[in-house]
Amino acid sequence: MTLPFALRALAGILWRELLRFLQQRERFFAALVRPLVWLLVFAAGFRAALGVSIIPPYQTYITYETYIVPGLIGMIQLFNGMQSSLSMVYDREMGSMRVLLTSPLPRWYLLFCKLAAGAFVSVLQCYAFLIIAVLFGIPLPWSGFAAALPALILSAFMLGAFGLLISSLIRQLENFAGVMNFVIFPTFFLSSALYPLWKMQEANLLLYRLCAANPFTHAVELIRFALYLRVNWLALVVVMGATAVFGAGAVLGYDPRRGLVRRQTG
Amino acid sequence: MTAANPATDPAPVLAFRKVGYGYGARAALSDVSFDVPPGRVTLLLGPNGAGKTTLFSLACRLLALQTGDISLLGASTARSGSEVLRPLGIVFQQTTLDLDLSVHQNLRYFAALHGLTRAEADQRMEAELERIGMAGRIGEQVRALNGGHRRRVEIARALLTEPRLLLLDEPTVGLDQPTRRTLVAYLHQLARERGIALLWATHLFDEAEPGDAVVVISNGQVRAAGSFEAVISANGGTNLEDAFARLTREPANEPAGAAP
Repeated sequence: MTLPFALRALAGILWRELLRFLQQRERFFAALVRPLVWLLVFAAGFRAALGVSIIPPYQTYITYETYIVPGLIGMIQLFNGMQSSLSMVYDREMGSMRVLLTSPLPRWYLLFCKLAAGAFVSVLQCYAFLIIAVLFGIPLPWSGFAAALPALILSAFMLGAFGLLISSLIRQLENFAGVMNFVIFPTFFLSSALYPLWKMQEANLLLYRLCAANPFTHAVELIRFALYLRVNWLALVVVMGATAVFGAGAVLGYDPRRGLVRRQTG
Repeated sequence: MTAANPATDPAPVLAFRKVGYGYGARAALSDVSFDVPPGRVTLLLGPNGAGKTTLFSLACRLLALQTGDISLLGASTARSGSEVLRPLGIVFQQTTLDLDLSVHQNLRYFAALHGLTRAEADQRMEAELERIGMAGRIGEQVRALNGGHRRRVEIARALLTEPRLLLLDEPTVGLDQPTRRTLVAYLHQLARERGIALLWATHLFDEAEPGDAVVVISNGQVRAAGSFEAVISANGGTNLEDAFARLTREPANEPAGAAP
C-alpha cells in the first residue's frame, strides 16, 4: 500500500460518507434536534431543581444548561457512532460492504478509513450544535471551539470504534433496535453527561462506580475540559485506551477467519 | 483436475488446489482443484447449493481458507497481503451498488478504493460505460435503474481497474432473456478481445459456448473439468445439459444437501 493509494482510498471513503450524510437530511436534523430538546426543554426544567457547585473545569457557578452542553455533544457523537454502526450492518446486508472488503487494502486500514469518515461527520454535527447553543445564550469561550477539536476527534474515534465493534457482532439488521436500547441508553445515563459524578456518589455508590468506569464519561469530561482550554489527563488516557481496545476488537470482528460474510448458498 | 490443458496452455490465472471449506461440521467444499486459464471463459457449472459462492468468497478472501491453497497469478491468496487482489474484478451475485448514489458516484468510490486518480477513473468509466451501453445513464441514481442496467454498471465497475481475471457469480440471474443474451455475448467478447480470464459461476447451460472451459461442481466436489467439448463427450451426452445431468445425479444412497 503506497501513500498516494492510501490517501485516495481515505478520500474516497470520506467523500462517500459525506455524500450519504448530505443525502440523509433527516439524519442531520435528528442529530441536532435531539440534543437541542434536551438543552432547551429538559435542562430548562431541571435548572431550578439541580444546582451545580463549582467543580473543575468551571471557575464559577454555572447554569445547568451550561453543564450539560459537553454531555449533549457526547450524545451527538454516541448516536453518530451507532448510526455508523447501523450503516455498516446495512451495507453488509445490502452487499456493498463486499466492495470495500475486496479492495486491495489491508482490512485494518479500511476500518480506520470508515472510522475517520464517521468522525468527520460527527465533528461537523458537534460544531453545528455548539453554534446553536451559543446563539441560545449558553456562555462558551470561542477559543474553546478550536481547543475542543482534538478532543472531539478523539472521542468520535472512540465512539465510532465502539460502533464498529458492535456492528461486527450483529448478524442482522433486525437485531439493531435491541442493541440501541441496551447500549445507547445505559452508556448515556451511566455517565457524567447529565449530572456531576459527585451527585451520583451521594445517591448510589455502585452507580457512581459504574459511571466512573464508563469510557463515555471520560469522553464527555475530555470535551468539557477542552472547551475551557484545559486537559483532563485521566480522561485522555482512558479515551485513548478505550479507542485502542474497541478498534482492535473491531479489526478482530471483521477478520474473515471469524466468518464475517454470512453463509450463502451457491 | 484442470479446466485447461496444462501441457499446451500457459500458466493459469487462478488455481485452486485441494480446497476444502466447512461451515461448522458441514462440508461445503471438499478437495476442489482446477485451473482458470488466461483469456478464456471458464464456466463453473453447478446446481444451487453446490458451493460456487463459497468458492468465490474464498478466492476474493471474504472467507479465509481452511484447507488447500488458491493462487492468483502465482501468488497464494492466503499467504499474500491484500495487494494480491489487485488483478481481480468481481461481480457478486447480489447487487453491491449503493442505491442512493449515482452511477458516477458509485464508480468513482470504487476507483478510489483501487487507487485510481480522478482523471484515470473518469476516463475509464466513460470508456467502460460506453462499451456496455450505459454512458447516457452516468448521472442517474442507481435506485432508478432496472436490474439489467444495474448489472451492466457492476460489470463496467469491475473492469475499471483493468483486471486480469473477472469473477462473476451468477451475473445473469433475474434478468430477462434479451438482456441475458446481450450480457453473455458481451462477457465472451471480453475474454476474446481483451484477453481477460473469466470465472463465471452459473447453473444456466446456454451461457456456455464452444471453446469455453467448463468445471462441473456438485455437493462441494468437482465432478468434471475440461473444455466444453471434452466434458460433453467424456460423459456420454450430446449436449452440456445431458452431461451435467449425468454428473450431478444424486446416488440413491447418498444423503442430499451435504453442501451449502
